[in-house]
Amino acid sequence: MTILEDRPSNPAAGDHDRPIGHGRMQRKEDPRFVRGKGHYVDDIVLPGMLHGAILRAPVAHARLVSIDTTEALAHPKVLAVITGTDLQALGLAWAPTLSMDVQAVLVTDKVRFQGQEVAFVVAEDRYAARDALELIQVEYDVLPPVVDARKAMDADAPVIRDDLEGRTDNHIFDWEAGNKAETDAVFASADVVVTQEIVYPRVHPAPMETCGAVADFDPIDGRLTLYETTQAPHAHRTLFAMVSGIPEHKIRVVSPDIGGGFGNKVGIYPGYILAVVGSIVTGKPVKWVEDRSENLMSTSFARDYIMQGEIAATRDGKILALRTNVLADHGAFNATAQPTKYPAGFFHIFTGSYDLQAAHCTVTGVYTNKAPGGVAYACSFRVTEAVYLVERMVDILARKLEMDPAELRLKNFIKPEQFPYPNKTGWEYDSGDYEPTMRLSMKMAGYDELRREQKEKRERGELMGIGISFFTETVGAGPRKDMDILGLGMADGAELRIHPTGKAVVRISVQSQGQGHETTFAQIVAEEIGIPPEDIDVVHGDTDQTPFGLGTYGSRSTPVSGAAVALVARKVREKARFIAAAMLETRPEDLEWEKGRWFVKGDPSIGKTMAEIAMGAHGTVALPEGIDGNLDAEVTYDPPNLTFPFGAYICVVDVDPGTGHVKVRRFIAVDDCGTRINPMIIEGQIHGGLTDGVGMALMEFIEFDAEGNCLGGSFMDYLIPTAMEVPDWETGFTVTPSPHHPIGAKGVGESATVGSPPAVVNAVVDALAPFGVVHMDMPCTPARVWEAMQGRTRPPV
Amino acid sequence: MQIPAPFDYVRASSVDNALALLDRHGAESRVVAGGHSLLPMMKLRLARPDWLIDINDLFELDYLLIDGQTLRIGAMTRHTTLLESDDVQRLFPIITDAERVIADPIVRNRGTIGGSLCQADPAEDLSTVCHVLEAVAVVRGPAGERMLSMADFHRGPYETAVAQNELLIEVRVPIRAGSSSAYEKVERRVGDWAVAAAGASVTLDSAGAISQVAVGLTAVGLEQNVTEVEAVLVGQTPTEELFTEAGRLASLACDPLADQRGPIDYKRHLADELTRRVLRAACRRAAASASEITI
Ligand SMILES: Cc1cc2nc3c(=O)[nH]c(=O)nc-3n(C[C@H](O)[C@H](O)[C@H](O)COP(=O)(O)OP(=O)(O)OC[C@H]3O[C@@H](n4cnc5c(N)ncnc54)[C@H](O)[C@@H]3O)c2cc1C
Repeated sequence: MTILEDRPSNPAAGDHDRPIGHGRMQRKEDPRFVRGKGHYVDDIVLPGMLHGAILRAPVAHARLVSIDTTEALAHPKVLAVITGTDLQALGLAWAPTLSMDVQAVLVTDKVRFQGQEVAFVVAEDRYAARDALELIQVEYDVLPPVVDARKAMDADAPVIRDDLEGRTDNHIFDWEAGNKAETDAVFASADVVVTQEIVYPRVHPAPMETCGAVADFDPIDGRLTLYETTQAPHAHRTLFAMVSGIPEHKIRVVSPDIGGGFGNKVGIYPGYILAVVGSIVTGKPVKWVEDRSENLMSTSFARDYIMQGEIAATRDGKILALRTNVLADHGAFNATAQPTKYPAGFFHIFTGSYDLQAAHCTVTGVYTNKAPGGVAYACSFRVTEAVYLVERMVDILARKLEMDPAELRLKNFIKPEQFPYPNKTGWEYDSGDYEPTMRLSMKMAGYDELRREQKEKRERGELMGIGISFFTETVGAGPRKDMDILGLGMADGAELRIHPTGKAVVRISVQSQGQGHETTFAQIVAEEIGIPPEDIDVVHGDTDQTPFGLGTYGSRSTPVSGAAVALVARKVREKARFIAAAMLETRPEDLEWEKGRWFVKGDPSIGKTMAEIAMGAHGTVALPEGIDGNLDAEVTYDPPNLTFPFGAYICVVDVDPGTGHVKVRRFIAVDDCGTRINPMIIEGQIHGGLTDGVGMALMEFIEFDAEGNCLGGSFMDYLIPTAMEVPDWETGFTVTPSPHHPIGAKGVGESATVGSPPAVVNAVVDALAPFGVVHMDMPCTPARVWEAMQGRTRPPV
Repeated sequence: MQIPAPFDYVRASSVDNALALLDRHGAESRVVAGGHSLLPMMKLRLARPDWLIDINDLFELDYLLIDGQTLRIGAMTRHTTLLESDDVQRLFPIITDAERVIADPIVRNRGTIGGSLCQADPAEDLSTVCHVLEAVAVVRGPAGERMLSMADFHRGPYETAVAQNELLIEVRVPIRAGSSSAYEKVERRVGDWAVAAAGASVTLDSAGAISQVAVGLTAVGLEQNVTEVEAVLVGQTPTEELFTEAGRLASLACDPLADQRGPIDYKRHLADELTRRVLRAACRRAAASASEITI
């Protein structure tokens, strides 16, 4: 692995492994994980706890004729069987989704996707609960399903959402961004226009830990404690209060250690609600944890975008405009999670890293008889789809113009002096300096040498491909004026307390699912106030313990909560100045800061460390007017803009001409996420995301048959990559800080997942150039690659 | 957690004890070896035995030994043991080739050759390997032992000649001078079942001509060997043209189904491509081992 040495961001710290602030250090949370001492939802055992299991629909579309639960209720270990009818009586049969739609908690009228929740059994143990599912008799009247999104709007398509008043079709929304007339005009006069249908197939985040909950409703004081696999504990608490009628102050949501989220754990699934209902009905805590097939078949999938892409350029390779029409398959309920204003998420950043004259996109969302979801899998609210579209289109254009794809990109980048850059669809890119990043990736790859090697290999009939992707992300949602989820503004709180002995606790509103918050956020505080990260406890994931905020997804933790934490630390630092002044019997303005200490200007020997100041704050020193006796502070941070991380990825593949098998030989990833807090954690995030990208490009796919049966319901069928499919990652970086973020950090959690799939596909398509292949859709499985070589590329859906 | 239907469990202490238990618990009892086929099916409730008879204590069935001109493999021999054996690599590189691409280390540490052959999954690799090597299966039941050729043992997808009250005890593989073998598989990902695979064994005579050959295919709807290739190859000195012809015959002989792993014509193409590759490798290896012996 090649890692370019980081500039030590904290030379004063001396010890490279233990920076007092930013820098490479091991994760504070790792000792418990590597020793198997993590504590996940499924590890929670409460006295008297019962177990729930969900009966799921075996078909995709069917009227529910009858449910008979007699036999299941007669099972000696079963305490309750809950059906849609029972929920209807409680007003809980339907729950709001995060996209202003409703979703059935349990089927009352009609099954709308295979795997949908039909009944919930509560039993003394998990085995009995599962066994009892087989004792429930259900009669279905099977209906024709809508499986192909392209046919969802046909006049004769069955109407899936007949539960909604006045529904006569499967249309959800039309949305557009950019200027159509301007864009059409540029296209009309362009030298070169290329068009391509590009499908980003349905994939699934497949976190290692499936979804689950333990609900503990105390009937005496009406308090609900809900342990949940959630990426957004505070938002969930509010929504539970709104839906269930339990007052918000009586609800505590705890998100303990989470085994991966990737957006899979943002929404509120029927299982969570059912665990709560089960606990209310039985008066005992109820645990529900889904199995792998349930996770793959029923929880939030990702993508499923059919995109008609068009790119216009001059003959000498100046890209002029982009336009696209997208058909978005949202499944049976519109349950995507994104800021309310943006039903297609941030897809309209599809203009990418290029300086265009015009751009326009339309997105049409439709219902199909498939599981709901769509915004997940580290997608930065659909930036994955956007980057994939533009980076494929640019490659297709390069082929048409017979230009090197690196050269075409370099020629069209937004220039550093153009930042902050307003793009044609309403974004303002905060900062960027693309060319050095691109050049660094080419240097690390030995780009020219690779092209020479490819040429030689082609002459021998060997298939080698080089793929480039240059992405710009938009993350850190978001400014309250533009961004909310169900009316909750996307700001984040943080609280910092310095204890009398100078140790600290920082309470954050976001929740880690593996991103290393306990380390990164301690480092941000450490950098600001000079207390070592080891002495700073990071508390997260418990609504009773932390300030309100919207949660971890869309790479927003560092851009939003990271800013909140930096600001709260600065607030404490400023307060410390006043207390130090009182202690030193001088004026605050006569003090100067060095990391960890306020000292008298001109006389560094006289000063107070943060620990001394903390003791002073809680001690007996007479405090100045307006300064109370602690060293605590809190803030809520409303980001002024999003942040725009970017990166240059180069992938090298070898394709076996006899079998179509793709081997990723090398992958070079140069990321610019602004200020780097902990480079080791950044690399970890990049490695994971690149692996995701290789998975999506080569194998991952949730497929359905004509009846709407999900063919990706186990890891036998839904393939995710292993260490054997990925090369040694070669990572590098540039640093272009965000001008509006307090420490210049931009967020990195999803960059690699967003940026890598087009690099891999571009490489595969490049390898297949001798066969005249201009485009092939993911997944590039051996069979699909071979078909492409036969001139028979076909969309996966 | 995926939860199987309720079942009872008993550990067998010897082969005779296992046979007695099978007899006692009857039709709804199954032995479990490595459990890597049976347990997943139970968790999906596709298999629902009332009784599980665990034969993992039958260490007497876990062996690899060369007995004259035969390699004897106990039914409880784990994939890992086969993969790591130098004797196997030297005598039957097809087994090593196949084991390298069967599942992953976790599965290989537990999964057994007996379980693999008895499961007879159409995408299972060792059945093809045993067909190609003309192995003999030793099956024991209440009436004593039977020796079955692979053609008799392996009846089709998920179907073998082993009766409910019998156990596969041993696999015997004949050792032939001047012979070598190879296996190659195309998979969508490491650890995935085959899209298609092929195995070949060849024996070269002192003049370098093919005196014996067997080609088998995996996951393409052909349970027995591609017998058509024998007439074309036997007596001939190996050449690319012959391999091409053998590949063509293999692609005609198979009968694949379209599924998520690929369409029919792709699988036929793989039968052809992989047949050529394994014949090439087997001949190269046989020639190399012949030259080593003469040195
Ligand atoms: C993730 C995964 C990937 C895999 N990939 C591959 C692959 O690529 N290629 C491949 O070939 N295999 C693959 N396998 C299957 C693996 O090789 C299994 O171990 C093997 O098929 C069965 O062996 P076992 O000992 O686990 O059998 P078990 O699961 O214990 O038993 C299988 C069946 O055989 C019966 N049985 C077992 N032993 C005997 C005996 N001695 N006499 C009579 N009946 C017996 C059992 O009753 C049962 O019906 C994979 C398995 C998994 C879980």
